[in-house]
Amino acid sequence: MTSTPLITCDHLHHVYARGNVTALNKVNVAIHQQEIIGIIGQNGSGKTTLVKHFNGLLKPTSGRVLLDGQDTVKRHVQELAAYVGYVFQNPNHQLFAKTVEEELEFGPRNMGLSDEQVIERREKAIEFFGLQQYRSHHPYRISFPLRKLVGMASVYTMQPRVFILDEPTTGQDNITTRTVYRLIHRLRDEGKTVICVSHDMILLAEVVDRMIVMRNAQIIADATPREVFADSAVMQSTRITPPQVTEFGVQYTQHRTRPLADVGPARTVVLSVQEAIDALFIGPKG
Amino acid sequence: MERSPQIEISQLTFTYATAEKPALKNINLTIYEGEYVALLGLNGAGKTTLLLTLNGVIPHMVMGEMEGVVTIAGQDTDAMPVRELAKTVGIVFDNPEFQLSQLTVAEEVAFGLENLGVPQVEMHDTIHEVLGIVGLTGLHERSPFALSGGQQQRLAIASALVMRPKIFVMDEPTSNVDPIGKEEIFNVARQLNQQHGMTVVISEHEVEVMAEYADRVIVIHEGEIVLNGHPKEVFQQVKLLKEIGLRVPQVTEMAYMLDVQGRWRTGDAYPITVAEALQVFGDYRSEQ
Repeated sequence: MTSTPLITCDHLHHVYARGNVTALNKVNVAIHQQEIIGIIGQNGSGKTTLVKHFNGLLKPTSGRVLLDGQDTVKRHVQELAAYVGYVFQNPNHQLFAKTVEEELEFGPRNMGLSDEQVIERREKAIEFFGLQQYRSHHPYRISFPLRKLVGMASVYTMQPRVFILDEPTTGQDNITTRTVYRLIHRLRDEGKTVICVSHDMILLAEVVDRMIVMRNAQIIADATPREVFADSAVMQSTRITPPQVTEFGVQYTQHRTRPLADVGPARTVVLSVQEAIDALFIGPKG
Repeated sequence: MERSPQIEISQLTFTYATAEKPALKNINLTIYEGEYVALLGLNGAGKTTLLLTLNGVIPHMVMGEMEGVVTIAGQDTDAMPVRELAKTVGIVFDNPEFQLSQLTVAEEVAFGLENLGVPQVEMHDTIHEVLGIVGLTGLHERSPFALSGGQQQRLAIASALVMRPKIFVMDEPTSNVDPIGKEEIFNVARQLNQQHGMTVVISEHEVEVMAEYADRVIVIHEGEIVLNGHPKEVFQQVKLLKEIGLRVPQVTEMAYMLDVQGRWRTGDAYPITVAEALQVFGDYRSEQ
């Protein structure tokens, strides 16, 4: 990609003063507009510390984080929040108003927008997230998946360029999970960058374009999901279990003389049910 | 070997005090000693409500109206205090943090034992034993809040284990833990079932894991049991499960899609695990 990255981490190093723990060890990464990125790693691998630098909640011990070319150290946290929105894993940590409508007015009002603009932002978010029926509901009296959507919608009202979604699908069923996948794509269609910190293997295999794998304060892989799932060293060292069809494809190839069809640059790695069927029955393309 | 029923539910209907419609409707269910039962359903289908009837929290601590009878190890829950039921039924929830309250791992485990009035000497051995079972040996003096999510959940399991329950109930126990934590919790659940002979009832969204581990899958939809059988049988009902909005294992979905396209050999069962898929799809491939 040739465009200027939205976010650049340049030798980003972070040491938590308490316990003198190195949480990020000279990390380099560039994130562009309209990318959908999945960040994965075990607890303590550094992923939360990394994304907290994207919105200025944490400042580097050394190295730099640039947002749209500007050093985050020189910008106010509030200014950064309007640029990079953070959606919490637990919506209860984020919601506080008495109605969904009020919740969705808070951000824009806080940004100093006019009443008209506040209402416009609110309505756009209600439409985007399909919350029409729940306008006057108390955010705590709607189901957990809906509460997650309200959490995303309240960040959407501030129209940040980058959305960080912390475990957007955890604890949700198949229907609400699929809704979240569709919304992630719609955000990208509107020009947003979406960064998902997630262990949802189907989200990583079928929704994101790029996977960043973290281990021991470093990025150990930064590639397409197909390339990452093909990298047995990375998979083993992080103890990530791939989706069932991906595992099936890998074992199929090990057990048979005739491999699964070539479905991409990393041969034999299938990411979805449809790809697995194509690989089995249609055969190599071209 | 004849196995005895350990959980017997008959004509159970429960309506929360704040709700108009019942959360559970006419549930009839028997679970036998040593079974590993997976409970599947959408959010709000009634999974948690059903699990709370197993340890007596319903009807004793939740406002609402209950009809029917729940019998645990031969005892009617309506006639048993929750405190007594805790000796038979251990339970953990999706958020381990809410279940922990003590300063150290050992104290957390001791908490339940003290309530039972177990002598100090005996307590020490029991704590050591249960922490070993869940793989937390050596962390006795650690603060529960300094543990990882997976470790916290295993501590919650250990705290329930000291009561030596016959039945272990887990409500979405892996929702809030990382992949290693998930693996650890599923392993502990399997170990309790296979090595300690406990009956395990677990609600979970990870259908692929349940296809590997469970002896039985129960699907609950809008408060009613719609499917109940061996995972291999239940996951054959792809059309029904999809209509409800549930996922099936990905290899099962593959077979179903081929069937819809008229490319599946009539009479073949859909595979549910990787091992089964390797066999059945191996044949298909060589026929091409």
